[in-house]
Amino acid sequence: MKSAIRKNRPLAVAVTALVGLPVLLSGCGTTASSSTESVSEIAVMDYYNNEPDKGFIGDALNACGTKAGVTIKRETVPGKSLISKVLQQSSSKTLPDVLMLDNPDLQQIAATGALAPLADFDISTADFAPGVLSAGTYKDKVYGLAPTVNTIALFYNKDILAKAGVTPPATWDELEAAAAKLTSGDQYGLAFNANPTYEGTWQFLPVMWSNGGDEKNIDTEETAQALKLWTDLVKDGSVSSSALNWTQADVKDQFLAGKAAMMVNGPWQIPSLDKQASLQYGVVKIPVREASQTAVAPLGGEVWTVPQTGNKARQAKAAEVVSCLNSDENQLAMAKVRNTIPSKTTLAAKFAEENPKLATFTELVKTARARTGQLGEEWPAQATKIYTAIQTALTGKASPSEALKQAQGQ
Amino acid sequence: MSLTTDLSQAPPPHENAAKGMPGGGKAGGGTLDTVPAPRRRSRQRRERLFQWLFLVPAVVYMALFFGYPVVKNVVMSFQDYTTATFFTGEAPWVGLANYVTVLSSSLFSTSLLNTALFTVGSILGQFVIGLALAIFFQRKFPLNGILRSLLLLPWLLPLIVSSAVWRWILDKDSGALNRFLGDLNIVDTGVPWLTSTSLALIAVVGVNIWIGIPFNLTILYGGLQEIPDELYEAGSLDGATGWKAFRHITWPMLRPVVSVVLVLGVVYTLKVLDIILGLTNGGPANSTQTIATQSYALSFQEFKFGEGAALGNILVIISLVFAVLYLRASRRAVDE
Repeated sequence: MKSAIRKNRPLAVAVTALVGLPVLLSGCGTTASSSTESVSEIAVMDYYNNEPDKGFIGDALNACGTKAGVTIKRETVPGKSLISKVLQQSSSKTLPDVLMLDNPDLQQIAATGALAPLADFDISTADFAPGVLSAGTYKDKVYGLAPTVNTIALFYNKDILAKAGVTPPATWDELEAAAAKLTSGDQYGLAFNANPTYEGTWQFLPVMWSNGGDEKNIDTEETAQALKLWTDLVKDGSVSSSALNWTQADVKDQFLAGKAAMMVNGPWQIPSLDKQASLQYGVVKIPVREASQTAVAPLGGEVWTVPQTGNKARQAKAAEVVSCLNSDENQLAMAKVRNTIPSKTTLAAKFAEENPKLATFTELVKTARARTGQLGEEWPAQATKIYTAIQTALTGKASPSEALKQAQGQ
Repeated sequence: MSLTTDLSQAPPPHENAAKGMPGGGKAGGGTLDTVPAPRRRSRQRRERLFQWLFLVPAVVYMALFFGYPVVKNVVMSFQDYTTATFFTGEAPWVGLANYVTVLSSSLFSTSLLNTALFTVGSILGQFVIGLALAIFFQRKFPLNGILRSLLLLPWLLPLIVSSAVWRWILDKDSGALNRFLGDLNIVDTGVPWLTSTSLALIAVVGVNIWIGIPFNLTILYGGLQEIPDELYEAGSLDGATGWKAFRHITWPMLRPVVSVVLVLGVVYTLKVLDIILGLTNGGPANSTQTIATQSYALSFQEFKFGEGAALGNILVIISLVFAVLYLRASRRAVDE
């Protein structure tokens, strides 16, 4: 009898250990932190997980870290999982000291209270383009700043256009005529992306906004005209109906392969385009309906923020790094290597002069609009309606105005 | 493992107790008999305790990794759960509002119909082709093993890779399938497999069938191996060969396996997400939008976690019906 008990004892210990293990493990995760400690390292999270951007951003971060007297502990996550990671970290109170966000997500995250207003620190917001500030602002407070930004424009293949005797279009009529003329055999006149994601919405915004369309209410004549342009281009066969499923990268591939004479895309594609030496391309603004209208482009790019980690000393260091990333020198340097545009309007003229390839984008960024500028947190819902309407109209399930009406009412 | 050793130790004390009790009663309370009784009882209690302790890891695991997410999802579906909730922890109760919004959305009927068509189409294709291949591989021929293992390939590839490859194959302008059909003069212009509202669902179902064949093949092949050869030998003496043998021997013997394959297949297919997201993202114009993809979009693209959870729960309930069917089917299979 005694032996039986003795036999069981190791088992009991094992069971207790098994049950206790998770408790012990979870105890290890918490580290004590006090605000008086001297900060030697700060955590940074961003989504530049591919070269060459990964390296460029890493170098800039390290230089800024050195300047602020801290080492940078950087984590890069894939773009698609950034937001879920941020939400996870904000519920477990493990947000990094410096956080990068895609600009249309900023208001969403700022609304949760997870970010510190940059006015709490000594960060200057002077000279930034209005669109950039509006993207970084939530309820009148600036939470994030982007060192460089981007937008989209119309790329055209110089050789194909010259051969067909077509000049780059500036108005919708010219665009339709040029696209039709440039379509033959395997080659489409134009490529854009109208897929059922926010990317499809993003590519449609230039025609919608330039024509006076309003994202708050898409059931308007102006937006319907813009959607009719997109629909007609596909219906005429000037744009492949594959646009319904293309990503911006696919659009670039079509353009590179010579299967599209023109494309709607952004400056981040320039490195891939330049790799193909035989390709001669130019960039113009996306056409407007009437020559008198001004082109309004959507603002793209990533903002850097300082999350509310509750540790004042670390937040101060984090703010120094964010401020350094947005300095004039860093804006110019990063813009040059990453083919993006400096956010400060004061730098634009000099930058455009030194980088003629980016001149059109630099011009557009001055007046570019942030997607969340008007709607803030409501943007995702409305962006969904916009791409739903685009898809409905492009597949011929409803006329452009009917599709917009349906989507708005949803 | 340890649970069985513990239980095997259990019987002897019970036997002792059974023998000791009547003896104690007859003697009318001698010291030798009365003392062991409480000790025995405490020993029994200790054994009970040990039995429970051995269950604890499994129970903790189930509660942590299955119970918690399910309960959390149910709770979430009754809350106004937004991005802010993650930081502040505040999620006001909204009763059935999320369910009302989701169910009254014009997209719900579309998604439900697409889910049904997608599931029925996928299961039918996977099962018929899987069964045909399983029967085919029953024969003995050279390279049988190699071919069979090659057929597992779709199962082994990451879904995101499969969908990227298929997206390219099915492309309208430069896709391999259209090129192939064009060269055979079957079609002369590109078929918009993924961008036509009438074809996209068919294309997505086709890809899902391709992915599901290995699962059906493997399980059904295993089931076929279980059928004793003597039955076919006896059957052939009575003239049951070919289709007759399949109809009267194979099919009845395979039925328990079939019901398991079908029910598991339905549960797996209902929740398919990555293939659709990778191929069409629910488009064009929602023609491949299923309940699973819509739930994903609500939660992770529009950040309406409450509504996403509500829709997710509806999908769980649908799956649950089939899970119950599965349990019943597998129980019957064991009985047989």
